[in-house]
Amino acid sequence: MKNIEILESEASNAVNRAPDLKSLEQAKVDYLGKKGLLTSLLKELGGLSPEERPKAGARINAVKQRILAEIDLKRQAIEYNAIESQLAKESIDITLPGRSDERGSLHLVTHTMERIESFFLRIGYKIEKGPEIEDDYHNFEALNIPAHHPARAMHDTFYVGQNKVLRTHTSPVQVRTMKSQEPPIRIICPGRVYRCDSDLTHTPMFHQVEGLILDENISMADLKGTIDQFLKAFFEEDLPVRFRPSYFPFTEPSAEVDLQCTNCKGKGCRICKNTGWLEVMGCGMVHPTVLSHCNVDSEKYSGFAFGMGVERLAMLRYGVTDLRLFFESDLQFLRQF
Amino acid sequence: MKLSESWLREWVDLPVDTEELISQLTMAGLEVDAVEDAAPDFQNVLVGHVLSVEPHPNADNLKICQVSIKPEDVTQVVCGAVNVRQGIKVPFAVVGARLPGSVKIKLAKLRDVESFGMLCGADELGLSDKSKGLLELPLDAPVGLNLRDYLKLNDKIIDIDLTPNRGDCLSVRGVAREAAVLNLVPFSEPCFLSVSSSITDTFSIQVDESEACSRYVGRIIKNVDMTVSSPLWLQEKLRRSGLRSTDAVVDVTNYVMLELGQPMHAFDLDKLNGGILVRMAKKGEMLSLLDGSKVALTPDTLVVADKDKVVAMAGIMGSDNTAVSSNTCNIFLESAYFNAIAISGRSRAYGKHTDASHRFERGVDPSLQEVAIERATALLLEIAGGRAGPVSIVENKADLFQETEITLRHARLEQQLGLTIEGSQVEDILNRLGLAVRKISGIGWHCSPPSWRFDLSLEADLIEEVARIYGYENLPVATPSAQLPITSFLETRRELPGLRNQLIARGYHEAITYCFVDPEIQRQLTPDAEVISLVNPISSDMSVMRTTLWSGLLPAIRHNLNRQQSRIRLFETGLVFSPSDSGLKQESMIAGAITGHRMPENWHTNAELVDFFDLKGDVQSLLSPYTASEQFEFIKGQHPCLHSGQCAQIRRNGHLVGWLGQVHPAVQKILDLTQTIFVFEVHLQSILEDKLPRFAEVSKFPEVRRDLAFIVHEDVTAGDLCKTVRAEAGKTLIDIKIFDVYKGKGIRVDNKSIALGLTFRDTSRTLEDSEINQAVASIARAIEVKFSGILRDQ
Repeated sequence: MKNIEILESEASNAVNRAPDLKSLEQAKVDYLGKKGLLTSLLKELGGLSPEERPKAGARINAVKQRILAEIDLKRQAIEYNAIESQLAKESIDITLPGRSDERGSLHLVTHTMERIESFFLRIGYKIEKGPEIEDDYHNFEALNIPAHHPARAMHDTFYVGQNKVLRTHTSPVQVRTMKSQEPPIRIICPGRVYRCDSDLTHTPMFHQVEGLILDENISMADLKGTIDQFLKAFFEEDLPVRFRPSYFPFTEPSAEVDLQCTNCKGKGCRICKNTGWLEVMGCGMVHPTVLSHCNVDSEKYSGFAFGMGVERLAMLRYGVTDLRLFFESDLQFLRQF
Repeated sequence: MKLSESWLREWVDLPVDTEELISQLTMAGLEVDAVEDAAPDFQNVLVGHVLSVEPHPNADNLKICQVSIKPEDVTQVVCGAVNVRQGIKVPFAVVGARLPGSVKIKLAKLRDVESFGMLCGADELGLSDKSKGLLELPLDAPVGLNLRDYLKLNDKIIDIDLTPNRGDCLSVRGVAREAAVLNLVPFSEPCFLSVSSSITDTFSIQVDESEACSRYVGRIIKNVDMTVSSPLWLQEKLRRSGLRSTDAVVDVTNYVMLELGQPMHAFDLDKLNGGILVRMAKKGEMLSLLDGSKVALTPDTLVVADKDKVVAMAGIMGSDNTAVSSNTCNIFLESAYFNAIAISGRSRAYGKHTDASHRFERGVDPSLQEVAIERATALLLEIAGGRAGPVSIVENKADLFQETEITLRHARLEQQLGLTIEGSQVEDILNRLGLAVRKISGIGWHCSPPSWRFDLSLEADLIEEVARIYGYENLPVATPSAQLPITSFLETRRELPGLRNQLIARGYHEAITYCFVDPEIQRQLTPDAEVISLVNPISSDMSVMRTTLWSGLLPAIRHNLNRQQSRIRLFETGLVFSPSDSGLKQESMIAGAITGHRMPENWHTNAELVDFFDLKGDVQSLLSPYTASEQFEFIKGQHPCLHSGQCAQIRRNGHLVGWLGQVHPAVQKILDLTQTIFVFEVHLQSILEDKLPRFAEVSKFPEVRRDLAFIVHEDVTAGDLCKTVRAEAGKTLIDIKIFDVYKGKGIRVDNKSIALGLTFRDTSRTLEDSEINQAVASIARAIEVKFSGILRDQ
């Protein structure tokens, strides 16, 4: 039985040295096949004594099992290596750009407008919209700007015919809403507005978001709080906000809202014309005359309104330096947002 | 309004510096727009006395001057100014002086003659744009005094952007009054004495429009010396307010307007005929104005006329043929109260915005006309001599300022401002503003505004005044609270942002273009559409309202094509405008335009250009899956600006809701577009209206697929073919895919092959082969009958 050790070692060598599945199969046939060397050892068992036979048989079987296990292992290794070398051949340059990686863009005005809307929608305001060609009544008269009022000069108005104008602000939407809904009202009115003015800092069309609250007991303090919170939320910064008396025919008291310059933090720079402040909004308590035009009992209800220029806020927030870019549709600009 | 700070301080003694003053004014609603130096920086320019002037030996146009800045000291200066002459006093920049623009004055040799400094003109000191020769100073100017001190040039020009309600602040007097209120200092108006008349001449005044002109004050001044120019101090004040000096008379009227806020006008008396008449213009009357223009007056214009002609557009501008000129000897001075309502809008209508109209439109203090005419007379006599006649006044007291009483309720004040404030503090604020205040116990106050605060008439006006003086920054801050009931909204209403995102995901960039467009471009796109034109467009290429979003999108495409972009996808949403029977229509649209390669330039596919079906796919992606196939159809159509063979109507339930197609090559050429463009436009409403999805049973049974290819005439559309297939196949047909369209070898020239993949399935059982075969046979029969189509061998 000395032979078995040699055979075992030879078989193991043959298995482990097999370079491919074919040689492995050959090794298996050579040692474990019907005429295999290990198999033939079993045939020799008959020549042993009955006492030796079981022991030798067990021994041979153990060797066979071991070699079989080795063959299995080796087969897995060969198969694995074969896959690996195949994969190596299939290797790609993963730094090439993906297919269809293109994406368009939302206009910065739309983005900014939606962002402004979101702050107010979360606290119960609703969005109201209205026509862009307005009648004189809704754009002016109802807002306490009668014909020939000097404030009309503040609105360089585009006329499209008898008593029809391109709305100069979205305030007519407030009028329409107050006329058609009962207080409490909390709305924002985003939209395009038009003024007959075109230079470096004015485009004849731009966008506004106006807001209106009409309820019992609304005060200027509420207005200050709302604007202050909005601006801090919009710019995600705790910038000082100041309210400065101003004049709009449709509000009283009226205020301009200044935000500490987002660029220089109040030190004075080109953007804030060295004042340290940026004019960002107009607002005020809704004028009693406007309320009465809208059939609202101004003794019972009071309200505040505010309005902001979307392009202006977008320019400050994203650092856009030229207003006119908004409407040139240049892909160089559009792609950035 | 521009205003010299030193002039303001002549009127009120303010305990604050410039910076603080500016901040006070701004925070009180008189927004300071800019603060400039009254003069640019220059140093060592002194009052020089020209003692002698000799010709220059080597230059005809130069003179050698001896100039004194100290009694015993004489300096030689070479000067080329035309007006240099012995005895005058002029600004003298000594050696070492620095002039604006960092010009340093050094010892110089001019044509071999030494010059120790330079005599200066106003332009060289930055005091005027251009000037003729040297700036001649008054003869009493102290020799050697620094010019900056002499002319008080270390002054600031404060530019205040006044809101239209504060007409009362359009003067030094008005701003001074306001500054006094803010600084808690007394304000006392200087007392201008009346000028007693030295002649008895009067000029008759008749006011036909007493409502529009409730006071007309006039006076004759004779023998005015028009050769005398206004004194430098007056010219300087005008300059710092942004006005040019013209002649003594005009300068004085301007000065009084700036000082007191009362616009005035001076007529050449000898050119007036037979008395002043204030009336409305007559139809067809013409007027030649001071600025050289000629206007046809409309009957709603208030005018000042004499017996036979209009001599001024009241409160706006005088006529050129009655204007004061260098030949004028006698004048008629006007100081009138024209009602704001009578003036406002007129200057804009005529395009004649003047300092006078600006003030009258906003309102002038109705108590000011006599004060102003006295002030002007006194100044004029002092400057240009002359003899003044008595003041004539025609007035209609009923239409002049009426003292009104406004009730201010303490509780209302506190509610509106969200503020608790002592009554005494309210009274103090109102008193300081010049209101007469009478307490009503338990309620508040009766308040009477002063004549200059004609803007105050409502309780809200007073609340604003209290808030303004109290300081907006001192008002409390709160957060409004409200009931927040849940409200429903339509789930069947799709939202625009979703559509936008869909296009963005497909590579589109959102554009926003002007709603007023070029009529020439638009005529190419919608030649038959009626358009709405702007009455007053910015320019002719922005003069009509768009009837299609393409009017803005195609120029936007061109803009980018002209900037080396060849693959462009843009979309826009917004209104289009058209006249309608009921006035006008403003409809929301969504539109897009694509051009260039289908894919961005890449390493993996051949560069193919976009075609109709790229665009159609984009449009289809905008439709709701719940309505797309059952409510929308694409029908071949003809649109004036689209390719006749590549154009489709989009219909919803049979109604036309949009178009898509290739821009017609002729239009493309006219619009100067260098590439083929595909465009779509759809009524937004039609794709926003949706329906709720409804559950359909999920089948447990397998589906069966059959591929059929038909040879049909090339004019047969895939759409019609599928419609027939669907009608014949029965309910078990759940899907049709068109997987091949072929023309060419093996098929007749005018035929094509369309290959359809049909999927059948039932929810209750497995379909038998025989059923499917039967369905296929009936489909083939129908197509043969309807289209003479032939089923190809399977």
